[in-house]
Amino acid sequence: MRRLILSIVTAAAALSFSTTVQAREKTLTVYTYESFISDWGPGPKVKEAFEKTCACRLNFVGVADGVALLTRLKLEGEKTDADIALGLDTNLISEAKATGLFGPHGLDTSAVKVPGNYSDDTFIPYDYGHFAVVYDTQTVKNPPRSLKDLVEGDPSQKIVIEDPRTSTPGLGLLLWVRSVYDDKAPEAWAKLRKRVLTVTPGWSEAYGLFTKGEVPMVFSYTTSPAYHMVEEKTDRYQAAAFSEGHYIHIEVAGLLKGSHDKDMARQFLKFMVSPAFQDIIPTTNWMMPATKTSAPLPDAFGKLVQPKNTFLMGADEVAKNRQAWIDEWLNAMSLN
Amino acid sequence: MVDGIALENVGLRLGVKDFHFDCALSAGSVTAVTGPSGSGKSTFLNLIAGFETADSGRVLVAGGDVTQKHPSERPVSLIFQDNNLFSHLDLLTNVGLGISPSLKLTAENRKAISNALERVGLGGFEKRMPGTLSGGERQRAAFARALVRKKPILLMDEPFAALDPGLRLSMASLLLDLHRETGNTVVIVTHDPEEVGRLADHAIFIDHGRILAQASAKEFLARRDIPQLAEFLSG
Amino acid sequence: MLTKIERRRGIALGLTSLVGIALFVGIAAFALLSWDAGQAQNRLLTAYNWRILQFTLWQATLSTLLSITFALPVALALGRRPAFPGRIWIVRLMALPMGLPVLIGALGLIGIWGRQGVVNSLLLNLGVEQPVSIYGLSGILIAHVFFNMPLAARLLLAALERLPAEYWLLSSSLGMKPFSVFRFVEWPAARRVIPGIAGLIFMLCATSFTLVLVLGGGPAATTLEVAIYQSLRFDFDPSRAIALSLLQIGITAVILAAISRFPAPDDTDSSLGRTNRRFDGRNWKAKLWDVAAILLATVFLILPLTSILLAGAKADLWKLLMSSAFHRAAWTSFAIALSAGLLAVATSLAIISARRALADIRHPGRPAKILSSALAATASLVLLVPPVVLGTGWFLALRPFGDVARFAPVLVAIINMLMALPFVIRILAPAIETHRRRTSRLSASLGLSGLPQLLRIDLPVLAKPLLTALSFAMALSLGDLGAVALFGSGELTTLPWLVYSQLSSYRTNDADGLALLLGAICLGLTMLGTAGQRRAGHG
Repeated sequence: MRRLILSIVTAAAALSFSTTVQAREKTLTVYTYESFISDWGPGPKVKEAFEKTCACRLNFVGVADGVALLTRLKLEGEKTDADIALGLDTNLISEAKATGLFGPHGLDTSAVKVPGNYSDDTFIPYDYGHFAVVYDTQTVKNPPRSLKDLVEGDPSQKIVIEDPRTSTPGLGLLLWVRSVYDDKAPEAWAKLRKRVLTVTPGWSEAYGLFTKGEVPMVFSYTTSPAYHMVEEKTDRYQAAAFSEGHYIHIEVAGLLKGSHDKDMARQFLKFMVSPAFQDIIPTTNWMMPATKTSAPLPDAFGKLVQPKNTFLMGADEVAKNRQAWIDEWLNAMSLN
Repeated sequence: MVDGIALENVGLRLGVKDFHFDCALSAGSVTAVTGPSGSGKSTFLNLIAGFETADSGRVLVAGGDVTQKHPSERPVSLIFQDNNLFSHLDLLTNVGLGISPSLKLTAENRKAISNALERVGLGGFEKRMPGTLSGGERQRAAFARALVRKKPILLMDEPFAALDPGLRLSMASLLLDLHRETGNTVVIVTHDPEEVGRLADHAIFIDHGRILAQASAKEFLARRDIPQLAEFLSG
Repeated sequence: MLTKIERRRGIALGLTSLVGIALFVGIAAFALLSWDAGQAQNRLLTAYNWRILQFTLWQATLSTLLSITFALPVALALGRRPAFPGRIWIVRLMALPMGLPVLIGALGLIGIWGRQGVVNSLLLNLGVEQPVSIYGLSGILIAHVFFNMPLAARLLLAALERLPAEYWLLSSSLGMKPFSVFRFVEWPAARRVIPGIAGLIFMLCATSFTLVLVLGGGPAATTLEVAIYQSLRFDFDPSRAIALSLLQIGITAVILAAISRFPAPDDTDSSLGRTNRRFDGRNWKAKLWDVAAILLATVFLILPLTSILLAGAKADLWKLLMSSAFHRAAWTSFAIALSAGLLAVATSLAIISARRALADIRHPGRPAKILSSALAATASLVLLVPPVVLGTGWFLALRPFGDVARFAPVLVAIINMLMALPFVIRILAPAIETHRRRTSRLSASLGLSGLPQLLRIDLPVLAKPLLTALSFAMALSLGDLGAVALFGSGELTTLPWLVYSQLSSYRTNDADGLALLLGAICLGLTMLGTAGQRRAGHG
């Protein structure tokens, strides 16, 4: 009996381990968010284009969303497999730098042009967009015209938002509400809560619910309607222009200090701000490119909401207050 | 019409088994129903009680045609071998349900229940639970319920089979006492030839769903012409 | 009766399992407590934690009440209609949700109760403007009722069918009306088992993870288990996770203590299908009521299952089956499930044989008695310390040694093993007990022991219950999302994790197809299990 059990246990252990053993070749590992590597996202095209230039394997690892990406890196610490983290946004960079996991990229980024002329020695922007409430014109006849409208509007008209603990849009909304309401943010959230159908961990879940018709409004980007205009030839989904202004989302990538192959990692970052990468972004990630593309953007991009006013909080301020604000948010959102 | 029980050409099919009964049991008699197991004794009782409905023929009980009637509409009381009492209800309730199925009891009813319990030797047991009683006492309680129901017919399915021999004797005499007092018609299914002699005026022998013999108890016990019956009597 | 060697071997095996499990749970607990315990203490009862705790208990209470309230009329109706057309299939249908992975059930429920589902389109046509929401509290309740109402109905029906047949004969002969039958016969029978059933369902709902993860509408509808998961996976805030874990262990301890005071609900005695004849409820009102209760319950259960089937059939199943993602996930899932299943069976055998060896001692001293009850308690330890908490502890313990994902398959397999242990022991212990009672005297007198006894006497008889236990444990592990959720990643993908991540990225077609495949596998395994169990129970 003992021998039987012993052999069973050994077999079980062997089976369990066998799944983890994998051959390692010359690969570059990029951590990013789920929607980046989805079939319709930029991932597959970026992989193809980059692998042509590098004679290597580009390995994307997807996590729910941008904030989860940072959490994952914190969890894995210096033992992480990642060479590149792609998909943090400017709100997170102070916290990301504080982990001590990132190293300076040492590249010339003068070609990068994003609003506010953001530039940094560790993180390089690769696209940007403004956050916005996107709505279905077939069900929402009277879209909110301001954040105040959104907060105080009809609670039976639902919106799906993202969790600020995991996703950059979620964090963006949190900071947007902070920027507009300041200390009154918890009260605003308590009101907005009644309109929230559900809170998803990432943008892709939220947007999926929206396009499936489960909910008439979603927290997304001013650029989202371009996707529907270009790919589906429809004006049905529109972004609502808010009179207070819109919070901006600048997506960045950085190089991990512990990268196995820093040269190749730098090569990827260089590739990222080149037209080969930037041409892919507008019509797959549906964001504004950070450098010049080789061809002008599709017309649809000209019809998008152009925010009059842009909010962007300092990364240090965000880093200092993020935990407290998230606790406030949790508190307000968990009221019954 | 008879005041007792009559099964007129009653036919019934249950699965592959066929039953045919034609007999009359006179009012105020005690009839023992015997036969090998699986012969149809319980089906016979079920037809009278209403748990089976005849496919053909008529079932008459106490002067009325009950062929199509629901068990609760037939003027009968029942005592089984076991589980005659709801084990989670006390004796007062168990007996009381015999008077009113929704347990609406008047003071008079309660008195009658106490008297009936007294009569069967369970005086003062109103609040006792069935689990605290012996097997014989539980059957006595079932008798008490039959008493308060005041139905002209009492059907019993091997009521003493689970009791030890000494207890069987005293229960039998209690049954006869009660029978003499109420003058009811009693049908008792039994396996025990001795019980036939002890209790019954008449006896019926059933085999393969047919009545093979019906006679007064004395004649019945003396018969040897039917092999199955002879075997039963000697066995 | 046992030889000295046999006894020593049994106790040694038991001690090994005991120490192994205690170490596994202990290290997790130690890692939790040694990580910033002071900070966790301060954060034990924050307003947020308090509300999560309240919501956890509130939804569990409502789910329990609703499940039992709906189960009662269904069980009564099925009890009163032993000849109801297709009754045996309806009773079997009620066993299905138990074997269905929770995630797959949730998918089916979204298909029916979601905005685009049958129910809401119907309501919309009827002019109801506010649709039923499958997200948040209402969704959690619908799902919990879907999974637990049939369980309650089966257990109640078993209690009714255990009543002696004479009760029904008597009550109809006495002319009791339906309400009297309910009051004097059915309700007293139900009342005896309801506390046990309620305790079980409350426990299941209070520790519900997957349903709340998928259907909970954000922080307002989050249970402790999900909050623990979020505080690690979302925030990486171990001190909050620890505080929440302590709360979780606290409430499960209280619930378990409460449950242990009630008689355990049991459907093993009843053959579920043995039918008593019933003579009550013959009028049209009672018939209408029963038919309505049975049909409503059947439709409620069958719609989501149909939705899984239909949605899954729409997916390109062949392409899915051939995809490398499916192969990898299926292989990982299978390896983990088989490891977990074999480990669970082996550990159960060790625990059972150790307890038998201890029971065999003629004058057991205090240590033997303590060891015996410790072994019994070990089997149920996972009920007290839920998978997410175990995972959290190991996560923290292994962090210093590199990427936790590397250890994940082993951890998930062990946690799944612990989850299966109580069920496996419940299947194996009676079978082995019966077998020993029948054969041990004979074996001892013939001097059979060791391998010959194993091969000639034990295996032929016990093969069936062993396979039953194994398939049960494997189905449980295959369908589990709770343990893998903490570690799931690009490197470790099980089938449920694949479904969940595809559901998340709204590749719903693929998710639906995978859900159908996974649901079919798990149901197949469970049915294999229950079929074997039924036969073993009779044989």
